Amino acid sequence: MAKENTFDWAAFFKKYGIFVILLLMVTMVSILRPNFLTANNIFNVLTQSSIFGIMALGLTLIIISKGIDLGAGSVLAFSGVVAASLAQTGGAMGKYFPNLPELPWILPVIVALAIGTLCGFINGSLVAKTGIPAFIATLGMTTVARGLALIYTGGRPISSLSSGFTFFGGKVGIIPMPVVVWFCAIAVTYVLLGYTSFGKSIYAIGGNIKAAEVSGIPVARNLILIYSFGGLMCGLAAVVFAGRVQSMHPGAAVGYELTAIAATTIGGTSHSGGIGTVTGAVIGALILGVLRNGLTLLGVHPYWQQVAEGVIIVVAVIIDMRTNASKK
Amino acid sequence: MPDDAPLLRMVNIVKNFPGVKALKGVDLDVVAGEVHALMGENGAGKSTLMKCLIGIHPQTSGDIYFQGRKLPPHYNPAEALDMGLAMIHQELSPIAHRPIMENIWLGREPKNKFGLIDHAKMAEMTRDVLKLIDLDIDPRTRMGELTVAKMQMVEIAKALSFDAKLIIMDEPTSAITDREVTQLFKLIERLKSEGRGIVYISHKMDEIFQIADRITVFRDGERVGTDRANDTTMDRMITMMVGRPIDEMFPKVDCDIGAVHLEVKGLSSGRAFKDVSFTVRKGEILGLAGLVGAGRSEVVESIFGLRHLDAGEIFIDGKPVSIRSPGDAIGHGMAFLTEDRRDTGIFPMLDIQFNMYIANMRKFTSKSSVRLLSFKRIKEEVTNFIDTINIKTPSQYQKIENLSGGNQQKVLVARWLMTEPEILFLDEPTRGIDVGAKAEIHKLVTYLAGQGKCVVMISSELPEVLGMSDRVVVMYEGKVTGILDNTNQKLTQEEVMRYASGAVELEAAGKLV
Repeated sequence: MAKENTFDWAAFFKKYGIFVILLLMVTMVSILRPNFLTANNIFNVLTQSSIFGIMALGLTLIIISKGIDLGAGSVLAFSGVVAASLAQTGGAMGKYFPNLPELPWILPVIVALAIGTLCGFINGSLVAKTGIPAFIATLGMTTVARGLALIYTGGRPISSLSSGFTFFGGKVGIIPMPVVVWFCAIAVTYVLLGYTSFGKSIYAIGGNIKAAEVSGIPVARNLILIYSFGGLMCGLAAVVFAGRVQSMHPGAAVGYELTAIAATTIGGTSHSGGIGTVTGAVIGALILGVLRNGLTLLGVHPYWQQVAEGVIIVVAVIIDMRTNASKK
Repeated sequence: MPDDAPLLRMVNIVKNFPGVKALKGVDLDVVAGEVHALMGENGAGKSTLMKCLIGIHPQTSGDIYFQGRKLPPHYNPAEALDMGLAMIHQELSPIAHRPIMENIWLGREPKNKFGLIDHAKMAEMTRDVLKLIDLDIDPRTRMGELTVAKMQMVEIAKALSFDAKLIIMDEPTSAITDREVTQLFKLIERLKSEGRGIVYISHKMDEIFQIADRITVFRDGERVGTDRANDTTMDRMITMMVGRPIDEMFPKVDCDIGAVHLEVKGLSSGRAFKDVSFTVRKGEILGLAGLVGAGRSEVVESIFGLRHLDAGEIFIDGKPVSIRSPGDAIGHGMAFLTEDRRDTGIFPMLDIQFNMYIANMRKFTSKSSVRLLSFKRIKEEVTNFIDTINIKTPSQYQKIENLSGGNQQKVLVARWLMTEPEILFLDEPTRGIDVGAKAEIHKLVTYLAGQGKCVVMISSELPEVLGMSDRVVVMYEGKVTGILDNTNQKLTQEEVMRYASGAVELEAAGKLV
């Protein structure tokens, strides 16, 4: 097979194209609005991206395995309200559990993570054991979790959260905690996906599930773990969400899963399975974050921002499909 | 054979893919009413040339003349069809859930006066087209219900519905039975007599000599030569294909056969097979012969933990083992090269490295508390395997789907060798790969047996089974009909066929005299 040592632009663009797009966007906005590049605003962008950024990490694993999670926003709300009900300050008025003393922050955090993981576990079990499409399983979870959140709260928000619990939504100096949490989650997911046999098995499952089975990969078990991890990320996002808003209401985070799916998709994770990276999901989330922040700075009406966001998502997928189209 | 101006003339066709020169200036002509066979190893360029011709990927340079006209440099497959160029692909991709008629008339459905699809007329038109090839099926049958052979026939009918003057068939017999091959050949003769040109791509020598008028051999993106089928020999063709004579297709060397390593007793699984027992010794190659559907693959799948066993026991070195999943099987030193490379073997969009280490992750995971994969060790080992079993690729980060079939197969062989198996199940290990790669795989299998491994090889090619195996287990309709000794390759094809076709059983039952 003849080999030429010319520089492969297609390969370069495929690998770094999304990063180039982010840089171009940052450059453009910075030229038009110099105050974009202040430390304060950059932290703003990062903070705004952190919640769907965290969810996008879980979705990256799920989408690489050729699945989808449509229920992520609802799971966030459900795990959030339950955790919030256990995180209210001691003497607050109209508490969910009136006689409950203020609990140490770690307890509601664990509850949020546990409920998120449990919802993911159920999604994963449905996908792995019954063989129904992930689209359907998680569509069910969307309304079930949202309904449970409404039942649990009676439709009312839960506020007066303890400062220990809201710590993860606040700041330490100028450093916003949501960004710290997000970066830690990125690091963990990066290693999990890139350097563990579990991570690599996700590519195998998404790439060719039958071949994965033959290669000795415990497909059913790993599918359950993949969705559980997705749920865990929703629980984590719920903690950050509650901390930022200082309260939690059952109608929170509607449509967040779509933003997270968009971030993952813009980042090059393929819905046909087997392809995707954590870096891509992070850059995808940042592109959406910069887009929203930039358009706001430029004075674009929020309604038009939505239109722009939709267009960007579709264009990104078109580009992705063009570059990933198999050359037969 | 008519010998006037050719139906098709391709002149100096060059095709470059990023990093690869797939065709280096190839000429080809096909005259009306001939079957022109294209041969060559996988990756030699024959399929690429045909894909240029039907507009799947246009050539980088070169001219194509068809029916005396020069074709434009770029056209798409739909335009090619309209011009009368049709290709029956090796892997058919019909719309399985839709009826035959919609598959044939897709995009040009007959309309009624309201501009809506006229289903009755479409059925009628379909019946007419199917009649052209003597195929009597209800046009409303869903494509997915047809056998591969029937789907192929429908594809040919579709080509005729465009009045295709040139029909390209890419490995048309790779997935159909012998009887269906006979029918296909009859149809090809008929298409010939109607003055159509047929380009026939195949690896199967006997078929080519049966059907072809002329044979063109490709190697490494070049045309090596064109011979009339009547004036040439198989040896000459093989020499042209590989660039050197192959003296020994099956390099079987007798090696020391040791103690029984694997034993299975009374295996049964649903309707697939019943009461299957055999043993495999260290250093032995055990052939599993039988017709398609005899249950051979299913037996191996069950031993490997991919299929549920209703009854039976598996012993390794005399000790019973329980295998519930392929993971268990791999843990017991088993490896399974599956029959369908695309379906159950490769991860097409992932690279060679991934495709090799994916069954070996335990081996490359650090023993420390943080269990991470060592890509340094993976890279070293993959490099070793690429070198030792001679995989042709620019790098281990190449996507496996960019490799030729033979090289893909070698990557899969490497995947399993990396697990350091003691028992290898090889299901049709040389199907659809070229002569050169075939010989290399045979050599490798022999070498492994020489290392004291147990090899269980399923093959539908009897010469391969007889050339390679020490003993042959023959199956017929889910049962073992014979375990035959093949010391010194003394078995004959006829003898194996008697067991594989159930003739022996019938004789024993006194039903056949």
